[in-house]
Amino acid sequence: MTERELITPAQNTWCPGCGNFVIQFALRDAIQSAVREGLDPDRIVLVTGIGCHAKMADYLNINSFYSIHGRTIPVATAIRMADPDLFVICCAGDGDAYAEGLDHLVFGAKRNSDITVIVHNNRVYGLTTGQYTPTSPAGFRGRSTPSGTREEPFNPLAIMLASGATFVARGCTRKKKDLERMIGEALRHRGFAFIDVLQVCASYFNVSGVYDRFVYTLEGHDERDFEAACRKAREWDYSSEGPIATGTFFRAERPTLEERLGIPRVTGRDTQEIIAKILEERR
Amino acid sequence: MVDISLLIGGRAGDGINSAGLLVAHLLSRIGYRLYMYFDYPSLIKGGHNFAVIRASPGEMGALRGGVDFVLALNQDTLDLHPDLLREGTIVICDSSRVRSPAICIPVPEILREENAPAVMGNSCIIGAFARAAGIRWEILEEVFSRHQKKGLDLNLKVARRGYGMAAEKMVIPERESPPLPIVSGNEAIGLGLIHGGLDAFVAYPMTPTSNLLHFLAEHAGDAGLLVFHPESEIAVMLMALGLGYAGKKTAVGTSGGGFCLMTEGLSLAGMNEVPVVIVLGQRAGPSTGMPTYTAQSDLHFALHAGQGEFPRLVVAPGDASQAFSWSSLALRLAWRYQVPAIILCDKTLCEGFYSVSLPADSVPSVEEPPPGTPGPGYRRYLLTDDGVSPLLFPGSPGSVVKVNSYLHDEAGITTESAELATLMTEKRMRKGETLAKAAGNLPGVEVSGVPGATETVVCWGSVTSACREAGSRLGLRVVQPIVLSPFPLDRFLGAIEGSEKIVIVEENAYGQLGMLLARFGIRADAAVHRYDGRPFSVDDLERRLKEVLA
Repeated sequence: MTERELITPAQNTWCPGCGNFVIQFALRDAIQSAVREGLDPDRIVLVTGIGCHAKMADYLNINSFYSIHGRTIPVATAIRMADPDLFVICCAGDGDAYAEGLDHLVFGAKRNSDITVIVHNNRVYGLTTGQYTPTSPAGFRGRSTPSGTREEPFNPLAIMLASGATFVARGCTRKKKDLERMIGEALRHRGFAFIDVLQVCASYFNVSGVYDRFVYTLEGHDERDFEAACRKAREWDYSSEGPIATGTFFRAERPTLEERLGIPRVTGRDTQEIIAKILEERR
Repeated sequence: MVDISLLIGGRAGDGINSAGLLVAHLLSRIGYRLYMYFDYPSLIKGGHNFAVIRASPGEMGALRGGVDFVLALNQDTLDLHPDLLREGTIVICDSSRVRSPAICIPVPEILREENAPAVMGNSCIIGAFARAAGIRWEILEEVFSRHQKKGLDLNLKVARRGYGMAAEKMVIPERESPPLPIVSGNEAIGLGLIHGGLDAFVAYPMTPTSNLLHFLAEHAGDAGLLVFHPESEIAVMLMALGLGYAGKKTAVGTSGGGFCLMTEGLSLAGMNEVPVVIVLGQRAGPSTGMPTYTAQSDLHFALHAGQGEFPRLVVAPGDASQAFSWSSLALRLAWRYQVPAIILCDKTLCEGFYSVSLPADSVPSVEEPPPGTPGPGYRRYLLTDDGVSPLLFPGSPGSVVKVNSYLHDEAGITTESAELATLMTEKRMRKGETLAKAAGNLPGVEVSGVPGATETVVCWGSVTSACREAGSRLGLRVVQPIVLSPFPLDRFLGAIEGSEKIVIVEENAYGQLGMLLARFGIRADAAVHRYDGRPFSVDDLERRLKEVLA
């Protein structure tokens, strides 16, 4: 079999310098490695929300469900429940996963659904031209908050740890190789794998300088230690300037939703007989 | 003709629904067809719950105006129903809770003596009723052993005491007719979906369709179903689309409030052409309204919900038999034409119980959707003459299956081209026309009552049962469109042909079917509306029809 071209001919419309390119290539390369290790590319499904990140569905030549804003995780969970042979990856934006669809993110982690969630966290709404998101820094001046937000950002890693995610990581588009490795590990993880990817928005929130200055790779951290993961997750508050760790914060093995549901693989049901039996009980 | 009605009432938590069903099975066992209406407020314990059971030789789905028997487990059962009680109604009551000169059974004493729990008090009263109605003890024993398996011996002991304390008052003659199954509308919908090939059901609990979720969850194992209850109706709808995309025939259940949350997903289904079935059980709105009471006020919501324009199937079965057939059809049509399908029902149908036969071969067949050919050339939205694209699911060898909420090209990749916008809009329109043709070939308009009459009642949904009976008694034709979108206009015009006067009956205030018909230039001469949350009884409806036809 010849190696499948993983990029479609669709015209790319991201801004020059957009962090999405890095995520796109990191994801492509991670998929390519997995395929070399034996993963069937026909069995991969990508689910995206709405926003700049979501164009990934057009640009990657794999099965995809281009969903609506905030609604990647229920779709992905259901696809995974429907067919245990599928590998399901969600690409979501920070507006998607943390605002409009936060409940689904929390429930995806709670259920330990066997999917990988990559949040393109550029900390701004790009496609709607620059409004604050749940992870914009306090006081962020956007077009809906011209005199600055009057609320603090929340910490998605802390939320995921509290919700029961079994793989919690943070990446950054300034470190493509690390990100690719992280995505590869997330794909191999059995259970709910979450990666918050700090991504620059070239047009509305270009904080490359901040990330270049403060981002460092976790070392000597025990990713099996939940308490240590919580402490590390709180090191940076998504608002002030200070060290920003990237890497895998937490990893655990827990039965997945799909395993616990024991979803029947049904072939050749006799529906007439099922109906007749139920009716007989009601006679 | 014997036509018996019975009221059983008590506090919430007294098990009125199951006691009512036991009585229904008793009457079914002696050869009658049954209908049961269950009325309860939105609370768990206390309050006043009641069921009205009607037994007659023919199938029906509505109540008359009064009752022949009252089984009173609380005083309210006698005090709150002056409309149902009449001279000669036989009252059987728990003497510890009800003051009445009727057949009084000292339930707590009996329970104490038999060392039985309070919940068995109902058996005592049912025993007394069986005796008063001249039903043989062996029949009661048989029905209890089939339908009251839990604590059977003790229940029978207690029932026997009640039986022994009552006297024969009004003998309901036994008929030579084998009992039919008794199912709720929700169960009929669930069975219909299973008949149609259901793989998965997703729902967030909401009256009046929660019992559909419970029913399918209970039978998930035997029927090989995936049944899932997620965090919200938003998740419900998106999960259904994920399941459908992966090839699972999926339905969801909700009521108006939940359907509000599903509309963004409904519109998505219109665009990405992933089939889904929505069981929409109407109840009295707007907003929370009266959650456990009935209404037919979401017709236009079902017809128009969701941004943008896209074809959809809307069917409104009127009773359990129609609910079975049309749920099966809705699922298969949704798949064949890759459209969202709404089964529009209501509290009266969902939570009412009906005697049914549900022959599986009575449902017209629908072919499977055209299968796609796996390979790199597969296009999910291939433009075809009939607007329907061949279907493949992810995991198909060598194929990329892309579905998209944006306007897309044939391969499912986003576009904003004016030309493709036109082509894809017209593709969906052609698909709608193809669906309309297929739906138009099905028996989507029912004519009953006196089919040749020139005075015609037009109705839809659960109120049809009352209309059929009132129509037969008053000599009226009754026309019920079951398919409401795409509207089967030719079939409908054929059904009303020769009508000199048309009255529309519906359980809403604004006359929503009337508005729909007006779009096709069909104007009614009169309308009968009800919007108090209660279904029409046959007697009520007859009175109202006589007024407008006078």
